[in-house]
Amino acid sequence: HEHLFSDDNKSTNGTLYLTATHLIFVESGSNNSTSTAQEIWILHHHIASVEKLSLTTTGCPLVIQCRNFRVVHFVVQRERDCHDIYSSLLRLLRPVSYEELYAFSYNPKQSDQQRDEGWQLIDLGAEFERMGVPCDQWQLTNVNRDYKVCETYPRDLYVPITASKPIIVGSSKFRSKGRFPVLTYFYQEKKAAVCRCSQPLSGFSARCLEDESMLQAISKANHNSQFVYVMDTRPKLNALANRAAGKGYENEDNYSNIRFQFVGIENIHVMRTSLQKLLEVIGSRSVSMSDHLVGLESSGWLRHIKAVIDAAIFLSKAVTVEGASVLVHCSDGWDRTSQVCSLGALLMDPYYRTIKGFMVLIEKDWISFGHKFADRCDQLDGDPKEVSPIFTQFLECVWQLTEQFPQAFEFSDWFLLQIHEHVHSCQYGNFLGNNQRQREDLRLRERTHSLWAYLMSEKQMYSNPFYSAAYSESHPVLEPSTLPYHFKFWRNMYHQFDRSMHPRQSVLKTVLTLRENSREAESTLQALQDRLHQLGATPVVTSDPAPPTRDQRSNTLPPRPDSLILGAAINDKEVQRQANERQQQLQEEEEEEEVGQEAVESTDTERTVEGSSGTESRKQSYGELEGTYNSELAKEEPAVVSLEFGVARMTC
Amino acid sequence: MEFAELIKTPRVDGVILHRPFMPTVEGTLCLTGHHLILSSRQDNTEELWLLHSNIDCIEKRFLGSQGRIIVKCKDLRVIQLDIPGMEECLNIASSIEALSTLDILSLMYPFFYRPMFEVLEDGWNSFLPQNAFKDLETMTDEWRLSEVNKDFSVCASYPPLVAVPKGVDDDTLRKVATFRHGGRFPVLSYYHKKNGMVMMRAGQPLAGTNGRRCKEDEKLINATLRPGKRGYIIDTRAANVAQQAKARGGGFESEANYPQWRRISKAIERSNILQESLIKLVEALNDQSHNMDRWLSKLEASNWLTHVKEILTTACLAAQCIDREGASVLVHGTEGTDSTLQVTSLAQIILDPACRTIRGFQGLVEREWLQAGHPFHQRCAQSAFSNSKPRQEAPVFLLFLDCVWQIVRQFPCSFEFSDSFLVLVFEHAYASQFGTFLGNGTAERVKLSLPQKTVSLWSWVNRPQELQRLTNPLYEANSLVIWPSVAPQSLLLWEGKQQGGGGEVTTHERGPKMRARSVGPTH
Repeated sequence: HEHLFSDDNKSTNGTLYLTATHLIFVESGSNNSTSTAQEIWILHHHIASVEKLSLTTTGCPLVIQCRNFRVVHFVVQRERDCHDIYSSLLRLLRPVSYEELYAFSYNPKQSDQQRDEGWQLIDLGAEFERMGVPCDQWQLTNVNRDYKVCETYPRDLYVPITASKPIIVGSSKFRSKGRFPVLTYFYQEKKAAVCRCSQPLSGFSARCLEDESMLQAISKANHNSQFVYVMDTRPKLNALANRAAGKGYENEDNYSNIRFQFVGIENIHVMRTSLQKLLEVIGSRSVSMSDHLVGLESSGWLRHIKAVIDAAIFLSKAVTVEGASVLVHCSDGWDRTSQVCSLGALLMDPYYRTIKGFMVLIEKDWISFGHKFADRCDQLDGDPKEVSPIFTQFLECVWQLTEQFPQAFEFSDWFLLQIHEHVHSCQYGNFLGNNQRQREDLRLRERTHSLWAYLMSEKQMYSNPFYSAAYSESHPVLEPSTLPYHFKFWRNMYHQFDRSMHPRQSVLKTVLTLRENSREAESTLQALQDRLHQLGATPVVTSDPAPPTRDQRSNTLPPRPDSLILGAAINDKEVQRQANERQQQLQEEEEEEEVGQEAVESTDTERTVEGSSGTESRKQSYGELEGTYNSELAKEEPAVVSLEFGVARMTC
Repeated sequence: MEFAELIKTPRVDGVILHRPFMPTVEGTLCLTGHHLILSSRQDNTEELWLLHSNIDCIEKRFLGSQGRIIVKCKDLRVIQLDIPGMEECLNIASSIEALSTLDILSLMYPFFYRPMFEVLEDGWNSFLPQNAFKDLETMTDEWRLSEVNKDFSVCASYPPLVAVPKGVDDDTLRKVATFRHGGRFPVLSYYHKKNGMVMMRAGQPLAGTNGRRCKEDEKLINATLRPGKRGYIIDTRAANVAQQAKARGGGFESEANYPQWRRISKAIERSNILQESLIKLVEALNDQSHNMDRWLSKLEASNWLTHVKEILTTACLAAQCIDREGASVLVHGTEGTDSTLQVTSLAQIILDPACRTIRGFQGLVEREWLQAGHPFHQRCAQSAFSNSKPRQEAPVFLLFLDCVWQIVRQFPCSFEFSDSFLVLVFEHAYASQFGTFLGNGTAERVKLSLPQKTVSLWSWVNRPQELQRLTNPLYEANSLVIWPSVAPQSLLLWEGKQQGGGGEVTTHERGPKMRARSVGPTH
């Protein structure tokens, strides 16, 4: 049934559809026939929680919180309908097997060959070759070919040439989950290595000669330094507590030539709570500046971000300045260790600051080394205590660096937001499961598509116009400031869908548009010159084509899609068709629910972006003028803006 | 008085200059009557030229026979000089202290500065009230330019010419002036072309505890209302502060006497609180502990961003009344020379596209700050570091610039000028070779013959080579009203100014302020 409710300034009326994969809200285009009706598509996998509030005079409110930090409020006219949606969603939100995930039904209409090519885009063997490995000190080992030594590691591992198989196996038995020290980054200039592992099973006094030999081998592989740094990324107290459980950290007396260091990054539980607090603080409306800052501080979020970056800086300095090799671990070596190793490499190697290189980095330090994406991102109905925003933190750390070094990264924060979106969307196979072995068992390469190929096909969209390859050449190693005021709140991530908070004009978008237009103008010029040439005339001007004028820019609409984040991957009709097909299959069981209701978009005001219509929310914040407000007047100013910065529109 | 008396050691060799984020420089330190100069005496290297009037405070330290002077500037930069020789160091320090605290306007550098560029257009004549009025006349004939204050006898802080409603004669104005703080009777601040609504500003009414009234005052402001329309009075003080002002002879417009006006109280803090806020903010920025929690709690305790939010909110409210409610507005606080001007000038940035150009912004600063009688000399005598007891110092103008910067950040393509223009205006308000920001009002500027004896900042800025440097390449005129977001998540710390980056290294021949400031490790 179509809803119908009288117009309220802050809400949109429309129809809610529930499909097997998406929750779709379609605005009824009654009052605004010229503009296309707004649609909001929410992937079930993105929904973190659904809450049914108590009945009000207008209907039954439903609050949906998403993992991409979207918050939507719906008001469903009839309570029974609301309850139906609510319970259907609850069922849909808790997939119990991987096969239920969207990636297995998502079909971008590619041939098998295209799909294979997509998966072959990132080749970690080639990546180690790029670093200069294997070499005279480091070799590829086949001990883990069949996941026999460590099932959460990839098959191909690189170790010092002096590390024999017995040493490796012995060392792995002395390390939590068998995650023995292996190479993750090789700094060719100084022949210094970054290795990673899990905590040793040292307890209060246990030793392992093979493990000691392993560290010795890592040390010997680097002639530039007399010692190896061992970075335990945990706070000392946590490491001490682990000793009681037969785990712990390296005793400097037992290992020759190591320098042991705690760096104090908190564990997944602290991080989860911290993000929850942060979201509470920023989610409450019209807080004072003071409350906001106090809340920001007490959430501890930026403190944690800084701690991770501080650790990465320590790693990068040890390698690039001292030329020392570093072994990084935490408890299991898949959360903090992944953060620190990948960020450290990002600081040291300009390649990882390119679009392709950044994909490689994630593939290497996160996907292949077994960051537990399935558990951390809550892909299947599992233990809520395993969920933690470790990867989100990593993306934020990268963003903080892009803010400090605007010329050093080939990508803009749109790229980071898009990756974040798809880590949770389960639309592509890359992040499914907890480790490589599991991914192979699921035959993801045959049954799902790769995100990297898709992102690569849209590379232009993510490029940072301020990127300078020359800068990277002159500044191969980044040395970020750790002054606290350089760490900022990432509005584009946590308020992605709350347009009223964002700048009304985007420098990034403007520059990209200008660049696109000048590219087009140049190709037109080229075409015209060719034509002239064909006609036998000599071009009058051969050098220095005039820059495109401003007028051109306003005439041509850039090929920038409306949908940057969510919609981008989804061909609208495609999905709907699939969804429909799927639905038919599911028959009555998941019958389409078409419920009339009113959506109160209190935090998700799509219309806010249209410049002055933001006055609705603004009116409240300026306060005092509770008098009547002519809504026509408010709409009169068409658009102060063309804003798209980091804001996703769900329609394509 | 001779400057030479104050300079005990005019020259020291082998001095080392340290600046944050920049390489150290070794060279010769020279003191002149107005400058501290450090030159490496090599070709093509930059020299440090620092105006004594820019120095907020210095600290001395001794390490063996080596002396160290840390110079903290009013524009928030901090530099360090290592000086060989105890005696030299002491002499230099005491000279700097004496020279930087000279408070005699006629001895200031602008009176001695001779421009090394060709003045194409004398900035002193660029923004005269009579020219601004000519523009107004093209839009409306309801206003007139009154000469009632031509000898500054009616209001010491107003310029000789002010725009008032046509139907109100000079005698009425004189009477109203006696009813308003500092003689600041309501005058026109802004005319909104789109709907003919106006913004006026004034000093507080001297209602006192008896609730004194002034019919002429009522008549004056009612003259700006359309038949049957109500207006808004925006009082920049919190309700209780306005109430307390009655005890000291001030107060606010009572509803009974001003039935056509609705009064709204907003709480913009007074000078001393703003000054304290700046001191705390700068202290937080210079905290070396690198501790996130400490930084956030110090930032919060400084209240700086709270002030930014409050001022912006009030300006938005004023703009909203005019543009959205279609009502005229009168803005005042106590004196009408501080928070009032913040609100009226920011409201114009929001409403009037002309104020978002380089020239338009200069005009705005002239009209709403310099000619409107903001006491720059008092407010900018000290900045965040000074150890002296604050008198009337306050970062009122700096907060205005910060708010402008916030709007620029939210509408980065709608302003013709870049961040560096705002930083430049900030620096020159505190210390300058130009006469523009000297003195406390037009009366004082006339008395000092500033237009005749000094060069205007605008003369220097409005030359092609400078304009090019200050222009925002993404600018595209936006004729619309721009509503900024005032949510805490939308307001940021203005680093460009507050970072306290490098020292001022200039090649003096080329231009007075060739900056070589590095902002963090970014570049």
